[in-house]
Amino acid sequence: MPGAEPARPPGRRETDLLRLATAGSVDDGKSTLIGRLLFDSKTLFIDQLAAVERVSRERGHDFTDLALLTDGLRAEREQGITIDVAYRFFATPKRRFIIADTPGHIQYTRNMVTGASTADVAVLLLDARRGITEQSRRHAFIASLLGVPHILLCVNKMDLVDWSEDAFESIREEFVEFATRLRVRDLSFTPISALHGDNVVMQSTNMPWYDGLPLLRHLERLYVASDRNLVDVRFPIQYVIRPQSHTVIDYRGYAGTVASGVLKPGDPVMVLPSGLETTIESIETADGPVDEAYPPMAVTVQLIDHLDISRGDMLCRPHNVPTVAQEIDAQVCWMDESATMTKGAKYAIKHTTRWARALVRDIAYRIDVNTLHRVEGIDALALNEIGRVQLRTTQPLFVDTYQDNRQTGSFILVDERSNKTVGAGVIGRATVAA
Amino acid sequence: MKSHVLSNLRSLEAESIYIFREVAAEMARPCLLFSGGKDSTVMLSIARKAFAPAKIPFPIMHIDTGLNFPEVLAYRDRWVKELGLQLIVASVPDAMERGVVQEEPNGSRNRIQTPVLLEAVEKHGFDALFGGARRDEEKARAKERVFSFRDEFGQWDPKNQRPELWSLYNSRVHKGQSIRVFPLSNWTELDIWTYIAAESVEIADLYFAAEREVITRDGMLYMVNEFTPKKNGEKSERRHVRYRTIGDANLTAAVDSEADTLEKIVAEIGAVRITERGATRGDDRVSETSMEDRKREGYF
Repeated sequence: MPGAEPARPPGRRETDLLRLATAGSVDDGKSTLIGRLLFDSKTLFIDQLAAVERVSRERGHDFTDLALLTDGLRAEREQGITIDVAYRFFATPKRRFIIADTPGHIQYTRNMVTGASTADVAVLLLDARRGITEQSRRHAFIASLLGVPHILLCVNKMDLVDWSEDAFESIREEFVEFATRLRVRDLSFTPISALHGDNVVMQSTNMPWYDGLPLLRHLERLYVASDRNLVDVRFPIQYVIRPQSHTVIDYRGYAGTVASGVLKPGDPVMVLPSGLETTIESIETADGPVDEAYPPMAVTVQLIDHLDISRGDMLCRPHNVPTVAQEIDAQVCWMDESATMTKGAKYAIKHTTRWARALVRDIAYRIDVNTLHRVEGIDALALNEIGRVQLRTTQPLFVDTYQDNRQTGSFILVDERSNKTVGAGVIGRATVAA
Repeated sequence: MKSHVLSNLRSLEAESIYIFREVAAEMARPCLLFSGGKDSTVMLSIARKAFAPAKIPFPIMHIDTGLNFPEVLAYRDRWVKELGLQLIVASVPDAMERGVVQEEPNGSRNRIQTPVLLEAVEKHGFDALFGGARRDEEKARAKERVFSFRDEFGQWDPKNQRPELWSLYNSRVHKGQSIRVFPLSNWTELDIWTYIAAESVEIADLYFAAEREVITRDGMLYMVNEFTPKKNGEKSERRHVRYRTIGDANLTAAVDSEADTLEKIVAEIGAVRITERGATRGDDRVSETSMEDRKREGYF
């Protein structure tokens, strides 16, 4: 079975990590597809399969319901639906994968937004018989809004359209046409049958006209190195390390995770918000100093000068600084079921390692996620709605557009009374132009 | 030119370090739950890395069920000494003596350790607890957040979880509430072992295969010792076994194995087709949703 080789002993060539988000409904065969990926990559275990077979039998199903593998919560199993994002893992000798499996329905838009926020690739599933639906358009829009660099459309159930090249091509053409309205860097299409395994792991013999790779091979080879921003140095200070010890004296290290860019010892840096300039003395880890740091490395930076720097500050290059903004223009997905986002309301905002408060100055419009039309003249955003919002923050944030930088271009909003995370925002061009 | 792509293990490690630092920066009183098992050992070694050259800036706590493998206690104490940690022990037998909890008929202390844990959390005022749980272990865990909010009763409400986007974790709680934090959420069992091998992390001896005296009960192999003595009519035998998980000594079963080095363990884990909990835990086979139920009550 492909992918069934034993683990590579340590020391040999190391694998990398790919995060993917899947969207589609059970009807599209998503659970079958995930089940097959797990099974064919040897990640599905015998006792898990046995449990799922037992429950399927008890419920009188004629087939093994692989959705039971991913639907882990009692409510999900009772209602037979996926409510929440489930994280699944599988590996092939080439790559390790994290799947954020998200429900497809419109009432769970926030879950798909969550899953897409960290994804390198979005695998969108649709049924070849039904073609492109509102749901597929919505999924593609969310993936593009959340800056997922690669979108892979799987046209499933090709067996039910007689493996027809025409059916596949017409779906492809229609979708390409639609995608011109989105910001999609890389869009590809695979005709599959998740049930029979065609083009999932193995090349299908039923569709000789398809000259692309099967899904898993495509995911294994997807080139993601250039998706990371290695140009703009952004290092949010997360934690200041100052050992209170007799052996390490006068140590002051700025710990953090590289958001973007490449840092090297000797590089000149600017500290925000102070604007002071200094030089990187060394970049350290517990395993010793390194000669460069790039995303998503977690390191500790030592600077030549002793400056007053604390959590929430940011290191960047003197001639490449983010926008220092208190007026933020963003697309916000509202996630709170108990209250709407309203003009004039205040929330806590978290951006990189910095907390501030934010006032909603204006809600310009809401986007109909099915048609992509703007609905103007609104003063609130309800659960699962996505809209364009102007915020004013109590403190300056060091931002880039989300398109340029997923780390410094994103934020969450938190209700100050309930402490719940109520909104997710991606920062737009207008903030930086302002 | 360098590729600037971090390997799987380094990406996972970096994510865990980020989580540790985030909690240390934002929470008033964090604590790390240490069981002596492989996951909490990896967790502890990454915590060390996150704050080096300073010491780990929070205490560790062991929920002592009184049913520990003695080897594991000795191992725990070695770690505490080496890293200069503050160790807090919350004892289940002590809580039974004080009448806080009662022994369950089946002898499992899995459920009754929850009130002991919650009592200790309250007593010490912890607002964040690190746990070594992984999402690949179990279905309910696959749905849990990295920062998992708990109310004043320590309860998990799976339907009311905070959305978790990017790496923007929301740690805000009111007094009395807390968060459970799982820095190893995205690791798999194989990642853990590959990491232990790559980093030469010292782990408890029970994980390595050796000839041990075992009895077979309900299709599972238990080592003959004070916790699982031979019952009348049972026949013991000497077999090469090791532990895939280490829980309470009366409930954790061993597996047949020849893996007596880290390299062999990694190879073995890469080839097995049964989950670690399915293979070794009498307590997790109770029902499809037993983990979710225990977590709702405040369990890890």
